[in-house]
Amino acid sequence: MSLIICNNLSFEYDGIPAVKDINFSVSDGDYLCVVGENGTGKSTLIKGLLRLKKHFQGEIIYNPELSADAIGYLPQQTIIQKDFPASVYEVVLSGCLNSLGLKPFFTGKEKSIAKNNMEKLGILQIKNTCYRDLSGGQQQRVLLARALCATKKIIVLDEPASGLDPIVTQELYEVIHHINHVHKITIVMVSHDIKAAIKYASHILHLHNKQLFFGTTKEYLQSDIGQKFVGELNV
Amino acid sequence: MFELLKEIFSYPFMLRAFLVGTPVALCASLLGVSLVLKRYAMIGDGLSHVGFGALAVAAALNASPMVVSIPIVVIAAFFLLRLSEKSKIKGDSAISLISTGSLAIGVMVISLSTGMNTDVNNYLFGSILSMAQSDVILSLVLSTMVILLFILSYNRIFAITFDENFAKATGTNTEGFNMIIAFLTALVIVVGMRLMGALLITSLIVFPALTAMRLAKRFFTVTLNSALISIICLWLGLILSYVYSTPTGASIVVCNIVAFVIYSIIQKVRETIIREK
Ligand SMILES: Nc1ncnc2c1ncn2[C@@H]1O[C@H](COP(=O)(O)OP(=O)(O)OP(=O)(O)O)[C@@H](O)[C@H]1O
Ligand SMILES: [Mg+2]
Repeated sequence: MSLIICNNLSFEYDGIPAVKDINFSVSDGDYLCVVGENGTGKSTLIKGLLRLKKHFQGEIIYNPELSADAIGYLPQQTIIQKDFPASVYEVVLSGCLNSLGLKPFFTGKEKSIAKNNMEKLGILQIKNTCYRDLSGGQQQRVLLARALCATKKIIVLDEPASGLDPIVTQELYEVIHHINHVHKITIVMVSHDIKAAIKYASHILHLHNKQLFFGTTKEYLQSDIGQKFVGELNV
Repeated sequence: MFELLKEIFSYPFMLRAFLVGTPVALCASLLGVSLVLKRYAMIGDGLSHVGFGALAVAAALNASPMVVSIPIVVIAAFFLLRLSEKSKIKGDSAISLISTGSLAIGVMVISLSTGMNTDVNNYLFGSILSMAQSDVILSLVLSTMVILLFILSYNRIFAITFDENFAKATGTNTEGFNMIIAFLTALVIVVGMRLMGALLITSLIVFPALTAMRLAKRFFTVTLNSALISIICLWLGLILSYVYSTPTGASIVVCNIVAFVIYSIIQKVRETIIREK
C-alpha cells in the first residue's frame, strides 16, 4: 500500500529552483533514506512532504489514511529550542496534540502514550529534567519520542544524527530500526551517513538538485551512481 | 503597612487602578512567556506605540479612547505578525518604522490640537488617575476573555511556541493560534496602556517572563511564576507610585527590575551550589 506518491515534483525559492524532477513513492513499512550532498534539496523535499512548503510543480498524492495525526516529524533542531524552559515530559506529551481533536486538554490516554514512548526510548527516568540541560543525544531521543506520540503510520526525520558521537548515533539508528521493524512504522529519513543508510534502509532516494536515483538499496548498490557515491565515501 | 493599605483603598481611583491593573498584568505575563520565547517581544513594543498614536487621535477627535484604539491596534497586530513571520530582519526594521512613525504622528496630533501638556506625559509613562469606571468593566471583560482563551489553548500555545514547524506538520493550525496570540496581545496592550504608559507597557509582557525563566525549568512553572511575579510587582509598583507620586508605569517597571535581579542572584547561587556538590 502506497502512503505517499510524488510525481514530477519540483520546488523553488523565490523563483530559483532548489530541486526538481522527483518521482518516488513510499509504501507502508518502507525505510526510505534520502541521501545527497549539502544543499541539494533534501530538507526542501522533506518540508514539501510535510506540507510546510508548497511544491512548485508536480503533485504529491497522500493515502487517505495518512491524516495529520498519522505523521510524526523529527526536524533539524532550531535555535529557539536550545534554551527553551520545558521538561522532557512536556515536550514528549506535546506530540500527542494532533490526536486531541477539539479537546483542550490531555487525558489519561495521551499521558500513557507519552509515558510508553519515553520508556521505549529510555528517557523515562529523566522525564522531569529540563530539555535544555540534556545532551545532544538525549535531546534527539526526546524529539523522537515526541514524533512517536504524533504518529500512527510514518515518521519523517531530517538528519537525526547530526552532531552526535558515533556510539550515540549507532544507538539512535538501532532505535529507529526497531521502530520500523517491530512497530511497523514507515521511516523517511534524510541522512549523510551513507553506510548506515545502506545497512538499514529498504529504499534509497539520491538527490542532487534533481533526482539521481530511486529504488531499493540493493539496486542502488549495483547502480553506477550508487557505486560512485558509496565508493567515494569509503576512501 | 496596614494603615497605608487602608488609606490607599479608601480612594476610588486607587481601587480602580488595582482592579484594572491586576488582570492586565496577569494577561500580559501569560502571553509574555510565549512572545518572549518566540522572539516576538518587539511586536508588543510596536503595538504600544501604535496605541499611543491611536490615543492621541482619539483625544483630538474627542472620541472614546478604547473605541478608537482597539480596532487600530488589533489590525496593527495582525500586520506586524505577518511581517515578522515573513522575515525576521525585515520584520525588525519594519516594526521600528511603524513604532517611531506612530509616536511621531501621535505627538504631532497632540501638539496641533490640545498642545503638549501633562496628558502626553501620562500617555507615555502611565498614570493611576487615568482609569475611569468604564475602563474597569472593559478591562475585566477583556481580561477574562484573554485568560479563558489562554487556558483553553495552553497546550497548543506550548506546542507552537516550542516548535512551530512540528506543530504545523502534525496538523495544528499554527496560523490560527498565532493570530489568537497577536489578537490577545493587542487587547492587553490597549487596556494596560493608560495605566502603564505607551513606552512601558511592553515591560509588563517581557519582564515577568524573563525573570521566571531564570529559575523555572518547566513551561508550566515558568508560566505560573511569570503570572505571580507580574501581579506582585504591579501591586508593589502601584503602592510605590502612590506613596512617592511617581509615574505608575515607571514604578512598576522598577519593581520588575528588582524581581529580575533577585531571581538572577538566586540562580547564580543555585548554580554554584550545584557545581560544588
Ligand atoms: N529558506 C530558503 N530560502 C532560499 N533558498 C533556500 C532556502 N532553504 C534552502 N534554500 C536553497 O535550496 C537548496 C536546497 O536546500 P536544502 O536545505 O533542501 O538542502 P539540503 O539537501 O537539506 O542540505 P543539507 O545537507 O546541508 O541539510 C539550497 O541551494 C539552498 O540554498
Ligand atoms: Mg538539510
